[in-house]
Amino acid sequence: MAKLNINGKVRDIPAEGEMPLLWAIRELAGLTGTKFGCGIAQCGACSVHINGEVMRSCSIPVSSLKPGDRIVTIEGISPNLSNPVQKAWLELDVPQCGYCQSGQIMAATALLKKTPRPTDAQIDAAMTNICRCGTYQRIRQAVHIAAGNAAGAKSAASDSVKI
Amino acid sequence: MNKIIGNTGFNASRRGFLVGSLAGGLSLGFNLPLTAKQAETPEINAWVVVKPDNTCVVRIARTEMGQGTLTGLAQLVAEELECDWKKVATEQIMPGQNLARKRVWGEMGTGGSRGIRTSHDYVRRGGAAARMMLMQAAADQWKAPVAELTVKEGVISHAASRRSTTYGKVAAAAAKLAAPDPKTITLKDPKSWTIAGKPLKRLDTAAKLDGSKIYAIDVKLPGMLIAAIKDSPVFGGKVQSFDDSKLAGRPGFKKVVRVKDTAVAVVADTYYHAKTYLAELPIVWDEGENAATSSATIAALLKEGLESAGPDNGGRKEGDALKAIAESAKRVDAVYSTPFLAHATMEPMNCTARVTADRAEAWVPTQNAESSLASLSEAAGVPLPQCEVFRTDPGGGFGRRGGGQDYVRQAAEIAKQFPGTPVKLIWTREEDQAHDFFRPISMMKGSAGLDANGNVTGLHFRISGQSINAFSNPGNIVGSKDERQLQGLWKEPGDAQLGYTVPHLLTEYMMRNTHVPVGAWRGVNTNQNAIYVECFMEEVAKASGKDSVVFRRELMKNHPKHLAVLNAAAEKGDWGKPLPAGVHRGIAQFMGYGSYSAAVAEVSVSPAGKVRVHRMVLALDCGIAVNPQQIAAQVEGSVAYGLTATLYGECVVEKGRMVNLNFDTYEIMRLAEMPKVETVIVNSGGFWGGVGEPTICVVAPAVLNAVFAATGKPVRSLPLKNNKLA
Repeated sequence: MAKLNINGKVRDIPAEGEMPLLWAIRELAGLTGTKFGCGIAQCGACSVHINGEVMRSCSIPVSSLKPGDRIVTIEGISPNLSNPVQKAWLELDVPQCGYCQSGQIMAATALLKKTPRPTDAQIDAAMTNICRCGTYQRIRQAVHIAAGNAAGAKSAASDSVKI
Repeated sequence: MNKIIGNTGFNASRRGFLVGSLAGGLSLGFNLPLTAKQAETPEINAWVVVKPDNTCVVRIARTEMGQGTLTGLAQLVAEELECDWKKVATEQIMPGQNLARKRVWGEMGTGGSRGIRTSHDYVRRGGAAARMMLMQAAADQWKAPVAELTVKEGVISHAASRRSTTYGKVAAAAAKLAAPDPKTITLKDPKSWTIAGKPLKRLDTAAKLDGSKIYAIDVKLPGMLIAAIKDSPVFGGKVQSFDDSKLAGRPGFKKVVRVKDTAVAVVADTYYHAKTYLAELPIVWDEGENAATSSATIAALLKEGLESAGPDNGGRKEGDALKAIAESAKRVDAVYSTPFLAHATMEPMNCTARVTADRAEAWVPTQNAESSLASLSEAAGVPLPQCEVFRTDPGGGFGRRGGGQDYVRQAAEIAKQFPGTPVKLIWTREEDQAHDFFRPISMMKGSAGLDANGNVTGLHFRISGQSINAFSNPGNIVGSKDERQLQGLWKEPGDAQLGYTVPHLLTEYMMRNTHVPVGAWRGVNTNQNAIYVECFMEEVAKASGKDSVVFRRELMKNHPKHLAVLNAAAEKGDWGKPLPAGVHRGIAQFMGYGSYSAAVAEVSVSPAGKVRVHRMVLALDCGIAVNPQQIAAQVEGSVAYGLTATLYGECVVEKGRMVNLNFDTYEIMRLAEMPKVETVIVNSGGFWGGVGEPTICVVAPAVLNAVFAATGKPVRSLPLKNNKLA
């Protein structure tokens, strides 16, 4: 049994110590917004915040967590899509299939907490999650929008014309 | 939050049917059985339900897997319905419902970029018929001639008597009317569209931003068990034995199940337990006859096809290309190759099944729900009318979740061992990479002749490789001819026509099948063939001494649509204009899935040989553009998918099995490598082409041609990572 603080609520989770946090969150806490993609910390679909740092929960055994550690999942970043990242994602229709987007949003919110106005290079370095639909261009633009960086957003803008 | 409940199928929540509170967006919910819904709100027809609050529910039969088809189809119905777009909601049709109503919703399969282009007519007719019935109901109520009524955004007015009403108020009466005679339905001219053709926001974004969207992998059912599976690593191998003696008594362990002859599944209370125990389970495999096959032996097979005396398995013979090339002033010869590729959808294959003696149900991320239903029925041994598939929007499809439905069959086989108990089967990423229906491997030998003025006298393309039809649809092979593997080289217009006319042309397909399962892979087979044709043509252009665009234009005079798209890409892509030092351009054009595509890539190659794609301009003519913003999103996505394949994509075979089993060895391009993408929608109108797939085929050749420009050496084998460019 592990005591985990998930989205501000301390829960008793009947997890073995070796169980990756991802499966404790999905199968035992019942929060399915955090996704399974690869199981080896490559794709980032399972990204959550632990004490404000973005981490890949598929590769963190529950035993490595302390009861005081604050875990935040996609369900916990705002009650009503009011986080600036969610708003920017909605504004640009960033998701396609959407499966990786929980992780992308967790990576973006963690980035903006540390670096409120990231450069393109900082976005490149921080946003390493895989998206197979290929929403990368809109993710870059949306991060700039969420950061209030109009010039960055314009230079990254999805550019299309109809002739 | 959507709630999954027991026997009623999906989600009793009303949320899915209500207009969302955010930015006018709607959330797509799961479904209630239509019988339950009919009791409360009658449908106007199969496509449209109007609720008393004026919400117009548009029924969607095709799969939404990110490509925006759901929003596009709703736009087409709403356009003819003349309803208020802000009050449009959508509802998914399930295949059992379709079957029970004699397929009133038509085909459900969503692949080949057909979601809109093969259903636009009947869905628009559905919207138009519903509008006519709603207006007739108002006319009947007012005892006024229907011709005197007008409608706008779901409000019906009769100017003469200054009366007005809403769709919601007349819906119940309209539902009792007979459907109009199809001959009386006139569809709008796309030029007059106000909803379709517009860059409207997607209807399904909000639930993808807060974790509330339920994918099949998230389905929860009472008493559900979870399974992990391992199929024979060597294709064609079998399970010889396994030893489950050490698993008894382990926490949550239920059972080890042999699935057919080829796979073993461990069933437990959680996926964590199931996959952990599966990894510990000693399994002895009978690897069968393919255990010695490798990428090297497969390459030898394909090379033999390139040199073989025949017979061929399809192609075009126009004039005498071999003679023309032999007699030419200058000839160009080259051999190209492309590897097997996995789809690597972000949501791994999974399926939840519940089977009893007289009922089978499955929750499936599927691109072909009717195929899922048939697979479920067959594997469960339950007649079709007693089966239902509750389809969820897949977390990526790209062709993986179409006809094969291997994961549905497996889930049904496992669930049969637990009658009445739902069992969710989830594949590991490793299983997903080991057991895909891979993009077929092939090679191409190209030859071209040039006269003294650099004009092409003859072209010969010979493609040797595996056939998708031979693996999955042998009935599509006519005699020994399998033209599908020559997509993009066809003579016939309209779908995948070669855009060049040369005096002598020979195209040939030499079928060389391996033991690896193959299937559709976003843009197959135009992806491989566009590399072959467009990179080879670039070599010929260089040999002719002409500019790449000028050279192509000369051969494209008989193909004005291809040419218009090439020109659009060249113009927006600044072809011929100066570039920063070290940056080079490449161009490519091709046709597939009913649409015309061209791309210009700007690329640099570092002294260490590292390729960087800075900018890509893509032009697409899909005829009628239903949602330009979704088209741009698909074009951007196609660049990411195509570039991943170009830079990194490769599934290597060793000892009969796949060896690139996770993202550490099957590399996927990340955001940092994404170029700036610009999309030109050449809205020529008059035809309905595909959108999801067409542009992917020009991504690789445009980039490779830019690399050729940068290094002076053509890249003839994919992926780029295996080429030393420094």
